[in-house]
Amino acid sequence: MSETGAILTIDNLSVRLPDGADRSHALQGVSLSIAANEILCVVGESGSGKSIMANAIMQLLPRDVEIDGGRVMFEGRDLASATTAEMRKVRGAGIAMIFQEPMTALNPLRNIGDQIGEMFSIHTDLSKAEIKARVLALLADVRIPDPAQAARAYPHELSGGQRQRAMIAMALALDPRLLIADEPTTALDVTTQAQILKLIRELQVRRKTAVLFITHDFGVVAEIADRVVVMQHGAVVEIGDVKDVLNNPQHAYTKQLIAAVPPLTAPAPRELSDDIILSIDNVSKTYRNGGFLGRGARVTHAVRDVSLKLPRGATLGIVGESGSGKSTLARCIVRLIDPDAGSIVLEGKDWAKLSREDVRRETRHIQMVFQDPYASLNPRRKAGDLVAQGPIVHGTPRGKAIADAKELFSMVGLDPSAIGRFPHEFSGGQRQRIGLARALALKPDVLVADEAVSALDVSVQAQVLKMLADLRERLGLSIVFITHDLRVAAQICDLVAVMKDGEVVEHGLAGEVFGNPQHAYTKALLASIPGGDFARGRKVEL
Amino acid sequence: MDAIRRYFRSPAAVVGLVLLLVVIAMAITAGFLYPRDPLALAGRPLQWPFANPRFLLGTDNSGRDIAAQIFYGARISLLIGGVATLIAIVIGVLIGAFAGYYGGWIDNVLMRITEAFQTLPNFVLLLVLVAVFGSTLTTVTIAVGVVSWTAPARLTRAEFMSLRNREFVQAGRTLGMKDIQLILGEILPNALPPVIVYASVVMATAILLESALAFLRLSDPNVASWGNLIGLGRDVLRVQWYVSAIPGIAILLTVLAVSLVGQGLNDALNPRLKSR
Repeated sequence: MSETGAILTIDNLSVRLPDGADRSHALQGVSLSIAANEILCVVGESGSGKSIMANAIMQLLPRDVEIDGGRVMFEGRDLASATTAEMRKVRGAGIAMIFQEPMTALNPLRNIGDQIGEMFSIHTDLSKAEIKARVLALLADVRIPDPAQAARAYPHELSGGQRQRAMIAMALALDPRLLIADEPTTALDVTTQAQILKLIRELQVRRKTAVLFITHDFGVVAEIADRVVVMQHGAVVEIGDVKDVLNNPQHAYTKQLIAAVPPLTAPAPRELSDDIILSIDNVSKTYRNGGFLGRGARVTHAVRDVSLKLPRGATLGIVGESGSGKSTLARCIVRLIDPDAGSIVLEGKDWAKLSREDVRRETRHIQMVFQDPYASLNPRRKAGDLVAQGPIVHGTPRGKAIADAKELFSMVGLDPSAIGRFPHEFSGGQRQRIGLARALALKPDVLVADEAVSALDVSVQAQVLKMLADLRERLGLSIVFITHDLRVAAQICDLVAVMKDGEVVEHGLAGEVFGNPQHAYTKALLASIPGGDFARGRKVEL
Repeated sequence: MDAIRRYFRSPAAVVGLVLLLVVIAMAITAGFLYPRDPLALAGRPLQWPFANPRFLLGTDNSGRDIAAQIFYGARISLLIGGVATLIAIVIGVLIGAFAGYYGGWIDNVLMRITEAFQTLPNFVLLLVLVAVFGSTLTTVTIAVGVVSWTAPARLTRAEFMSLRNREFVQAGRTLGMKDIQLILGEILPNALPPVIVYASVVMATAILLESALAFLRLSDPNVASWGNLIGLGRDVLRVQWYVSAIPGIAILLTVLAVSLVGQGLNDALNPRLKSR
């Protein structure tokens, strides 16, 4: 690629963070360039500075965060020193941006057509009728079914995928020369993600727009990138062609990141016990809302007639997309939600029919690990107290419970002397270890992990999964593992159940479900995994 | 500790704290500086401030020392402000916590009661309570507390409603905690900061309510309060205006101090809100 073909050139860019941040600079000496007609993926873990870079290009940095060196050359101008008025002309018309969460990026009080039309009324002198025609053409261009109706719809009336399509339509309205996409598919389900990635690729080829695509997922990189930039701690560590970087990474950090990408092939099956520890039979949960005296009420079958069995010492994966009912099922199992029908038998007791008082007493047999490492720990309690809480509630003297907490800390790979610290002093991965220690403190037989690693960076995710597999052996745990990520499920689960719309559509041994899927939906899910071919080619190293 | 450092970074909050400490110091030292009964006759009535070195702030229309009444009045204002606020916050937090945590019919019943209190202007309700139960210091303090709990209750309820479904509360439930442990141990500490900040508003209002009552001569006449002094000065307002003005300034500065401290606490406890 010649230097003259570059649309955007970032030259030695540095961005300073306010005093008291964990490092002095968010970006340090970043240089890269994007040519017309290519997709450049910027990949890195949280805190690598990849989003700050996108915001620095657009001059959308938060207060107290400022560019303190380098240039951002776009169409012969340095955006780093452009005035606010100049930037307004560049934004939207020259460089457009799409974000991770389309629901928060769209105005909930105005319909989609108006919001896209606004791009034209601000930047051009088109008449109302022309704007309307352009909007419909754009919506058709991003493959929204029934563009006329979508233009009249409000953001909440569209699905997540359609909202992201509308955002892309808005971004492309003025034919920008560069599109910055900041994790545009991270909040979407895997099948929707595959469609959106395909759409971005298609539009890019047709319109010859340059795309700066920010992601944390090497699968997405393998799917969409022409070239890759790997970032760590605010600096570029590797830059190159997608094939070279994926197959022959040079920098140690790139190697480490790629090694942490979960492979899609299940490990060799373990021997499963015949002893069934948890048996879920015909469990259903229905939600009714709205409606007066039964009129116009909406009925949602969150979980429909689900039957599953968990052998002692095994891991049962429940996979599905958002709205499939997998989290509701998990909450029914630990009785955070009362199921409407069916039985959940644990060690001979029907968990679904226990009284609240009994559930409280028996709860130490079955424990849960939650998704969000930031929301699941009470910010006002010390880490040690959080772990000791459960045993104290069940009658262990405080001194003993704290001593046990120290042991649990070292068991989950944390420093036992850290029990006096508060949750905010730990990283996301460490917090998730605290959550795990809290669940293990009651010595449960069954552990329900609800998206327990979904919020973590890939390298941390791999560590936590490894630890979980290790603890499973050592403590003889049986695990129900809920996830939307089939790659994660493939690594740790012995058995897999695929859920869709509240029903289990397929279940069986992990190797069989992933290797030889029977149901059309399972096949579609597997086909949608970004970078599937890349992931399938790799081996498990748990 | 961060919160304390942030608090002292704001000049307004420091000024408020200093003013409040001065008022507290006045309340403490009143007994040493003015050992005599502040309501006893001390000299010729209606002497102007600084006219007589014995009475720095002058005397009122009955010949009582205004300075002594101001010092002793600080005790009454702080007592009524503090105790009434405590009463209002305790009632408010309890009702708000239960309504917000349980929802459903418990919430409905408790919120209808709250609304019944809110529809009446609180000063009118205060007048009714004082008219029925009499105007001793104790009844006035309790009455002021009883008319001030509705806003803290609604605030607490809103906090509880947003916190009760957080993952850390669900985690507590899966550990087998009882409802009362979840309410007091898990949710309340997280719901408290905005309520504590609001307490400063309740305290400022409580001091003003008592003064307004005293101005109408409906507060306890047997204690030296700032409100009583203003009420007394009403009769000579056009000539000897200082009799009302001096306690008025004392009330103004105290309420200002409490508000500044509250604002400072708010910024210190919710640092992210301030930079917006």
